[in-house]
Amino acid sequence: MILFILRRILYAIPIMFGVALVCFSLVHLAPGDPLVSVLPPDASADLQRQLRTLYGFDRSLPEQFFSWILRAVTGDLGTSIASSRSVTEEVFRAVKNTLILASFATMIGFFFGSLFGFVAGYFRDTFVDKLASFISVMGVSIPHYWLGMVLVIIFAAQLNWLPATGAGPGGSADWAWDWAHMRHLVLPAITMSVIPMGIIARTVRALVADTLAQEFIIGLRAKGLTDFGVFRHVVKNVAPTALAVMGLQLGYLLGGSILIETVFSWPGTGFLLNSAIFQRDLPLLQGTILVLAIFFVLLNVLVDILQSTLDPRITRQ
Amino acid sequence: MNASLSIPAASVAAIEQSPGYWSGVFKRFLRDRVAMIAAVVVLVLVLLALFGTYVTPADPYQSSMLKRLKPIGTEGFLLGTDELGRDMMSRLMVGARLSLFMGITPVLFAFLIGSVIGIIAGYTGGWLNTAIMRTVDVFYAFPSVLLAIALSGALGAGIGNALISLTLVFIPPICRVAESVTAQVRSRDYVEAARASGANAFAIIKTHVLGNVLGPIFVYATSLIAVSMILASGLSFLGLGVKPPEPEWGLMLNTLRTAIYTQPWIAALPGLMIFITSISFNMLSDGLRSAMDVKQ
Amino acid sequence: MRAATPLLDVRGLTKHFPLKASPGNKSGVVRAVDDVNFSVMRGETLGIVGESGCGKSTTARLLMHLINPTAGEVIFEGKVVGSRDLPMKEFHRQVQMVFQDSYSSLNPRLTVEASIAFGPQVHGVSEKEAVKRARDLLARVGLEPARFAGRYPHELSGGQRQRVNIARALALEPRVVILDEAVSALDKSVEAQVLNLLLDLKQDFNLTYLFISHDLNVVRYISDRVMVMYLGQVVEMASTDAIFASAKHPYADALLSSMPSMDPDQRTEAPPISGDPPNPINPPSGCRFHTRCTFAESVCSSRSPQLTSIDETHRVACLMYEANVQHPRSRVNVLKVAA
Repeated sequence: MILFILRRILYAIPIMFGVALVCFSLVHLAPGDPLVSVLPPDASADLQRQLRTLYGFDRSLPEQFFSWILRAVTGDLGTSIASSRSVTEEVFRAVKNTLILASFATMIGFFFGSLFGFVAGYFRDTFVDKLASFISVMGVSIPHYWLGMVLVIIFAAQLNWLPATGAGPGGSADWAWDWAHMRHLVLPAITMSVIPMGIIARTVRALVADTLAQEFIIGLRAKGLTDFGVFRHVVKNVAPTALAVMGLQLGYLLGGSILIETVFSWPGTGFLLNSAIFQRDLPLLQGTILVLAIFFVLLNVLVDILQSTLDPRITRQ
Repeated sequence: MNASLSIPAASVAAIEQSPGYWSGVFKRFLRDRVAMIAAVVVLVLVLLALFGTYVTPADPYQSSMLKRLKPIGTEGFLLGTDELGRDMMSRLMVGARLSLFMGITPVLFAFLIGSVIGIIAGYTGGWLNTAIMRTVDVFYAFPSVLLAIALSGALGAGIGNALISLTLVFIPPICRVAESVTAQVRSRDYVEAARASGANAFAIIKTHVLGNVLGPIFVYATSLIAVSMILASGLSFLGLGVKPPEPEWGLMLNTLRTAIYTQPWIAALPGLMIFITSISFNMLSDGLRSAMDVKQ
Repeated sequence: MRAATPLLDVRGLTKHFPLKASPGNKSGVVRAVDDVNFSVMRGETLGIVGESGCGKSTTARLLMHLINPTAGEVIFEGKVVGSRDLPMKEFHRQVQMVFQDSYSSLNPRLTVEASIAFGPQVHGVSEKEAVKRARDLLARVGLEPARFAGRYPHELSGGQRQRVNIARALALEPRVVILDEAVSALDKSVEAQVLNLLLDLKQDFNLTYLFISHDLNVVRYISDRVMVMYLGQVVEMASTDAIFASAKHPYADALLSSMPSMDPDQRTEAPPISGDPPNPINPPSGCRFHTRCTFAESVCSSRSPQLTSIDETHRVACLMYEANVQHPRSRVNVLKVAA
């Protein structure tokens, strides 16, 4: 078991290295001078040279990569070109906000997804199943940024029940656990929950149907086990995989929140990424993507380990 | 036993030909009602994309300051007008062209490139397989939305760059599917038998591998079209794809965001189109999958 | 009968599959086939028998060069296979193989005639000519071309599919056909029909067979000579009559006497061999059979037996039959006296 965990962690290291390489290459894929956005058009050659040295753009690419990665390991992701602030600081403040949003969305999605999945799996091939399956197809087919807009139209513009944008009253970017702030979370979290809901509903439906069709369940029923007893067995069989899918979905949402955050002006990583792209703030772009991708890799490792602890049948090669 | 090797020519002429695999798939597909409805919707959308410009009720580019944001049902503007007074109905119809193009092209390119790489990896095995699949793993470490936006953000806005980014996003998953299907086929005895007949890798892949792997890879690729539609429109929505004044649903959704308090339902229309398209492609893909998923 | 040069000569054939290192065992090798030597004469049928996992099928795949040997070479008509004298492609035209799983060995997307015609086209026969050859062969293996040429594998029965596989092997006009458990998966009645077809084809096309099977009755019926394998090595080789009458190697003897007899008086109660075969990753030292052999002595665990001729056609790898070995039950002198 410990060997399995160690191997899984060791395997993640080259992946993370590759991820860092991709993030670094992204910046150098970008056409044009990375300094163009900060330099005044009439900047002297001297100033240009100075700034170039300051940001390290004058060195060779491998040199830049390794110094960047070495500093990244110690937690230093460089300085934002646009705001001149530490990228690490900016990213982690945004990650906190995105994490709040994505966690709530995952929980909502997990709850309703499991509910639909269970109902569909239990009443397989009935009208209820078809309805639940249709909802889950809708969940994965709907452009979530559009759903966000529709919810804003209904609940903010028309009914005026909830705020349309922002993470707190008066455009505050700092989160607090009170109703004034929570109100802002409702619409984006519901919007975001639609994706994991569809996927979890599909997974749970298949697992429930499989489990119910297994012989040991039929045997248990024959022995006179109550419906609740059967239900407990089904939950025990479904839970590890469903939880694993939920964990992975959280990772997807963290990285995939940019469109929803743009719709709701939510001050998270997506919002940060958006401004980094349009201000051509390459260190910030590179740092944000790196943090999100590494987060995703680590979450994958964690999910694998948890899943194999919960369900010993998972193969450990 | 009589060892006569020649048989009468008449019997050669009357060879009974069994219906092939694909005609069975097609028959099953025709019987699937949901898939057929989806197919009809997709067909209408494709026709709009091809011929939409010739049947629009008005000029989709003609703006008018006086006719801005007219409500749905206005005389002459069945679906109202947008923030620059252009006819929504015409723009939605013509928008099908760029939207479908931006959604389908990346999957098509990724299908071609990803299949080639995946089949090579799956057929050769060994260190080449390891090298390719580990690289794919690295790309799997990025959620697809993040990768698409990061790539097109780095490359800069524009149709071409958006297509490149989306293609790159879909190559790794297609490659993974192609690799695993090919590795399965490669272990079958008929591939061994073909090798035992002295055929080279190229001939074996052409005759014995492609016919058995392209179907499953293609079905998987069609399931990506819905995702691709949403992502491509999403890029335009963020301002990273199609540029104004071209009609594209994602971009229209973006520019109409200012109208959600005045003409909310017009603002929501382009998104509805994206939704209809993506759900139709999803159901089409599901239908294709179940039509092909038969015991052989 | 003149002493002919063998058609196929196998020398020191060895295959060690590397094992992936995993927690619990250090990286090692599976000795699937270890220094196997034998030859096949023109026109004969050589049966290869042994328990599952003894390396029969690996030997077949090595012979076909579907997998690369760790060591050893195959010589066909005096020419080393894969050398400039006999390129691999040419060798494959001469030696063909029929696999056990009749379904998995036919491409589900190709019609029967396309499957058969593929091989000749690889060797430069025109498509038209190849298709004609395919239909002729279908007729020859008892499948009416008009009815079967355009069919797909899933429309045929197991026996019909195996006939197609035989036709495909013959499409290249080979001299040797390796039959790897080719009839094992068939029903008994179908098996008999296919066996008789194989005998007819052998006559008509002057074929040489390598017949691999775990079914001793079938091997006895079809083979001229039999080779017994144990844990990747040849333990005994003799004419079918000789080996079934009196197998010398304790393993071969036990294996062949385990054949269910039709005569109730001949049936034995005692199990001929006890226990499972040892792990080929770490085969026993010395004679690999000594852990299960009733005649095992201390010498057996330290010394590897060599394949020794005890008469013109009979060879055995057992220390009891090897000269100058201190085995208390040595049979060397007994044989000399008998001679």
